[in-house]
Amino acid sequence: MYRESPVRTPLVLGHKTYHDISNDICAPIEGKAHRQWKIALTIASIVALYGIGCILYLVGTGVGVWGLNNQVDWAWDITNFVWWIGIGHAGTLISAVLLLFRQRWRMAINRSAEAMTIFAVLMAAIFPVFHMGRVWVAFWTLPLPNTLGTLWPNFNSALMWDVFAISTYFTVSLVFWYLGLIPDFATIRDRLVKPSWKRVYSILSFGWSGRAKHWTRFEEVSLVLAGVATPLVFSVHSIVSMDFATSVVPGWHTTIFPPYFVSGAIFSGFAMVLTLVLIMRKTMRLEAYIHVKHVEYMNIVIIVTGSIVGVAYLTELFISWYSGVEYESYAFINRFSGPLAWAYWCMMTCNVISPQLFWFKKLRTNLAFTFIMSIIVNIGMWFERFVIIVTSIHRSYIPSGWGEFKATSIDIGLFIGTIGIFFTMFLIFARFFPVIALNELKSILKTSGESYKKQNETTPH
Amino acid sequence: MANKVIHAMYDDEQKLLEAARSLVAKGVRVKEVYSPFPIHGLDPVIGIKRTRLAICAFLYATTGTTLAILGTWYFMVSDWGGINIGGKPNFVWYENAPAFVPVIFEFSVFCAAHGMALTFLLRNGTLPGMPATNPDPRTTDDKFVMEITTEQNPGFPAQDIEDLLQPTGMYELSIKDN
Repeated sequence: MYRESPVRTPLVLGHKTYHDISNDICAPIEGKAHRQWKIALTIASIVALYGIGCILYLVGTGVGVWGLNNQVDWAWDITNFVWWIGIGHAGTLISAVLLLFRQRWRMAINRSAEAMTIFAVLMAAIFPVFHMGRVWVAFWTLPLPNTLGTLWPNFNSALMWDVFAISTYFTVSLVFWYLGLIPDFATIRDRLVKPSWKRVYSILSFGWSGRAKHWTRFEEVSLVLAGVATPLVFSVHSIVSMDFATSVVPGWHTTIFPPYFVSGAIFSGFAMVLTLVLIMRKTMRLEAYIHVKHVEYMNIVIIVTGSIVGVAYLTELFISWYSGVEYESYAFINRFSGPLAWAYWCMMTCNVISPQLFWFKKLRTNLAFTFIMSIIVNIGMWFERFVIIVTSIHRSYIPSGWGEFKATSIDIGLFIGTIGIFFTMFLIFARFFPVIALNELKSILKTSGESYKKQNETTPH
Repeated sequence: MANKVIHAMYDDEQKLLEAARSLVAKGVRVKEVYSPFPIHGLDPVIGIKRTRLAICAFLYATTGTTLAILGTWYFMVSDWGGINIGGKPNFVWYENAPAFVPVIFEFSVFCAAHGMALTFLLRNGTLPGMPATNPDPRTTDDKFVMEITTEQNPGFPAQDIEDLLQPTGMYELSIKDN
């Protein structure tokens, strides 16, 4: 039998049996809804409804209700789009990349991180789709035979690549997530007594019975899906960055964008995972499964990706001067000293300086501090996209092309609204879905559970 | 002789694995194992071959690649006759191929992932509305069941199999007529 080094911190604390894991994780599904959950859901759905109201007003009136103008024609919408897509990346990184690297600690958080991915990508998709204006013809982005003579989308365009990247990313993440859920739905199905709910989970579990051959296939599918999702996650944010990098706008036209965007995405995504998981472990009593070690690992990822992002900021700045291109260097001087300098410095503080505090073990193992940091990082990453997008285009080559951007209440309402929709979905997920991958966690219990590790140390090999 | 189905239940995957090893060594065929999570090392013991799903995924991916290459060629080069967008004409496919790489890659991944997932579900017979076939609801929680049939083991009457199973540390044993 495989044994883990006693030096490694156990991943499941206390003495848990397989049955305890099922009990602990199925408890929120089988029990009555908490008061806190009901209050949170009410608040989230009110915010979500406000966001939906803003969307309806936008569709009814036109994109003019946003603060966009002739000069700044991409602003909050694309900022929010990139922000949400970036958040989504952590889920795939945890479930796919960490699976390939055989990181067992991912098993406690992969399910909720993947759910976060799916909901975040959905929120991201709202922005470009509604930015099209005539949203009912959104399907024109697909190469469908049509009566317009025949008109095809332009496959040379980065925006077209994005359509393919985002839709592939969304559907593949959804399938990956759902396939992992099937055996856990089967566990819930076999535990429930109430026939109506048993029927629901019976349909959701697709009749999974845990046969040996099915498990072999299941593991193969997980591995191959992780294998294809890994380059996929890197390609998606690279392609998002190419929306900017393939243009000729100073401040956007840089080859550093793909790696810089990908690490920024992982950085913000891990921060969002921490925000969600820290609340979840407390309210759903999952402290034995998601504990300080898991949080510390995630904080280490935040230091690494935050530092990569910091290096990218400084490289950009240096290259803009070193290139000798005056438009390029002006774009960056304008960033840190122009009218939107406050946004630039906000981004610098939140993304470059604050994650460095995690070098202190005391701070990165402090849950309250981590929670505050996770929110700071997400604010910083929102400003990063805002700085890149708005400060680059509000100053054009000639001063007559200079403009300003002011967000309208609909801009703000739609953004807040997507946060509401996101949390509504996540709360529904937390109530009706197994938030930790039961079958995966059980498979590591005997090697990484605290009491079993102690037992293994005392018994000879 | 009526077929008898023997279900030996264990509370630990290692015990089941040992039991399966000892029975197979004595020539008994194990029909099926139901478990709440994959038991590593079990497949070769009970004679399960390596799955070929990964090969399927590769074939789906190459199909995707081919379709995407054909598509970009048809839309951009053939049907539009080398349309010139932003000073970048599309007269021949390979000159613009770098611009098509993202779409070709994404479409290959799309086909590989969905093709494989569908094949997995169809091949398993796990589809919406299918009934569960595990012999005991506890096998999706914390118990492991080994299924042996007398039909598959003509040389062993049910009593013999039971005798062989007795020393393996079972949690429960049930023998049913089928």
